[in-house]
Amino acid sequence: MSNLNLGSLYQLTSIRFRLLFREPEAIFWIFVFPILLAGGLGIAFRNRPPDVLPVAATTPQLTQALAADKGLRATTMDEQTGAHALATGTILLLAIPEPGGVAYRYDDTNPDARSARLLVDRALQAAAGQRDAMHADNQLIHETGSRYIDFVIPGLLGMNLMGSAIWGLGFSIVESRQKKLLKRLVASPMPRWQYLSSFLLSRLVMLIVEVAAFLGFARLAFGVPFRGSLWQLGILCVLTSLSFSALGLLISSRARTMEAASGLMNLVMLPMWIFSGVFFSASRFPAIIQPFVHALPLTAANDAFRANMLQGVGLDQLGVPVAILLAWLIAPFAVALRIFRWR
Amino acid sequence: MTLAAKPSGKGTFTGPSLLLRGLKKAFADVQAVDGLDLEVVQGECFGLLGPNGAGKTTTIEICEGLTEADEGTVEVLGLNWATGAGELRQRIGIQLQETQFPEKLTVEETLRLFRSFFHHGIPIEESIRTSELEEKRHSRVGGLSGGQKQRLAMACALVGDPELLFLDEPTTGLDPQARRHLWDVVDQLKQGGRTIILTTHYMDEAERLCDRVAIMDHGHVIALGSPQQLIASIGGEDIVEFAVSQGPAGAHEPVRGVVDPATLTVIPGVQSHRVDAALHQLSVSELHTTVPRIFAALAAEGLHLSEFRTHSATLEDVFVRLTGRNLRDE
Repeated sequence: MSNLNLGSLYQLTSIRFRLLFREPEAIFWIFVFPILLAGGLGIAFRNRPPDVLPVAATTPQLTQALAADKGLRATTMDEQTGAHALATGTILLLAIPEPGGVAYRYDDTNPDARSARLLVDRALQAAAGQRDAMHADNQLIHETGSRYIDFVIPGLLGMNLMGSAIWGLGFSIVESRQKKLLKRLVASPMPRWQYLSSFLLSRLVMLIVEVAAFLGFARLAFGVPFRGSLWQLGILCVLTSLSFSALGLLISSRARTMEAASGLMNLVMLPMWIFSGVFFSASRFPAIIQPFVHALPLTAANDAFRANMLQGVGLDQLGVPVAILLAWLIAPFAVALRIFRWR
Repeated sequence: MTLAAKPSGKGTFTGPSLLLRGLKKAFADVQAVDGLDLEVVQGECFGLLGPNGAGKTTTIEICEGLTEADEGTVEVLGLNWATGAGELRQRIGIQLQETQFPEKLTVEETLRLFRSFFHHGIPIEESIRTSELEEKRHSRVGGLSGGQKQRLAMACALVGDPELLFLDEPTTGLDPQARRHLWDVVDQLKQGGRTIILTTHYMDEAERLCDRVAIMDHGHVIALGSPQQLIASIGGEDIVEFAVSQGPAGAHEPVRGVVDPATLTVIPGVQSHRVDAALHQLSVSELHTTVPRIFAALAAEGLHLSEFRTHSATLEDVFVRLTGRNLRDE
């Protein structure tokens, strides 16, 4: 037909919103859950003032010398009590005087105990008369951008975009197929491209709300930095969401039942939850699987978000992750359109 | 405009609304449709009848352009699906078996969605009124009764003001009142001169609604004609059903008796005989003179009637006669 009827595209898209907003669970998972998760992680991993390390010595003289260091909390206890305190973790180090010096009893596999060893030794050497060979000045910084919450927010952003795109598309399409609604729709004059476009359009609109709410929370509650350009971050979000929508479309292109679809979705998303550096850096995985890790769309998205938000890197320098996301957009979309089952 | 109004389609085409020639379709190793020829003229209400698995739905879905035939030609409103799909979709209305509309949309939203697909059609108000869903227009689909859902499905099939309407088992699963309501809607559509093709396995529905029916079994048409013609074709206008017992009437636990069919078929007026689960079925003309003769013949054999009833012959009896099976035997 000659006149392009966009009224039906509008109807199809508005129905996506209506169905979403009439599903309270969907609202929770898309809007509330990410914010709760970010809030929880932010509180759990908040930066505390530097810890004071508990140590002990067997003589009051040693204890007094140790008390001179503000980073140590020193107590006096006999050797036997000290051994017990070491074993239960109440103290990190026990200093015992020896003829001509001192012995440190501690666990060298515990980083805090090693720190305690350095502080204790410095305090005791100073008390014994050692002087610094040169003057050292401490300039303390507590910069935003290097905290755990700063690391995890871009990762959660990527993970949320993945979840809402794949679940959003997958479940709606497979449910419509299972209930024969898809068949009924293609029996009508509805243009098929409009049906699929309505999902992408509604996803893009939802994206604005979703991302703004989540990043706004991260900014207000934790002061997470936005060092890169915001509109470039927006482009990255759109690209990420479209890539995962294409993947969601591919997952739902054949499945006839919700059970089959949820299995497929978990199969696709689980490796990315683990490998793509949402909660910890993907570089922790062995070098041999790094090519696989970096080919995942969520890894690319998270790398790009972190580069933009934390380092202020421009899009022009993010060619690799953008190319990976584009590949994940085009290939699944093309395959999904070919194999899509309309009934 | 009402349902009874003429569809506002072009109306220049005067050939058959539907033309099927040599239609074949197999699924895996099942030949669902096996060489089907049909012609449905404009303004006709045509019924495809048969038990479940007879190939009705496959046939109608091929006509609707949802399934591709393995062999044969399909012409709908003078067009075919390969080249005229876009126009055909605009001009036909379809109700499928077991479509579940999204439960969280309202009646009005659902209709608005379907209306938006058609270039021409009837206003939403009109469609809500004719399907008698005014009180439910803002209710969610999930809260509708079976009959209301079916009326909504019908309304969705009609929003495009179709010249040709396909209804696949429109009343299956409905209570009697809802069925009758739907029949009224179909009556109005017929008055409007729309062509209607419906499938059903209720023979009474076909008799009530259809100008002509094709009875299908195993992918073939086994009988074609108006309900009256088909009923007349089995030779008797009435059906007599009875069971007999040996021994005195009224005995406890009567033994079901055996009748030699030959003693029945020689009775003037008895056209045919068959036994199903010890229930004898005779197709009979001249009921008033034939029945006394049957009584006399049974009494002469020393048999007592434990059951006896008669009814006017129906399409159901035609099917039984043609296939030797009841419709719901499957």
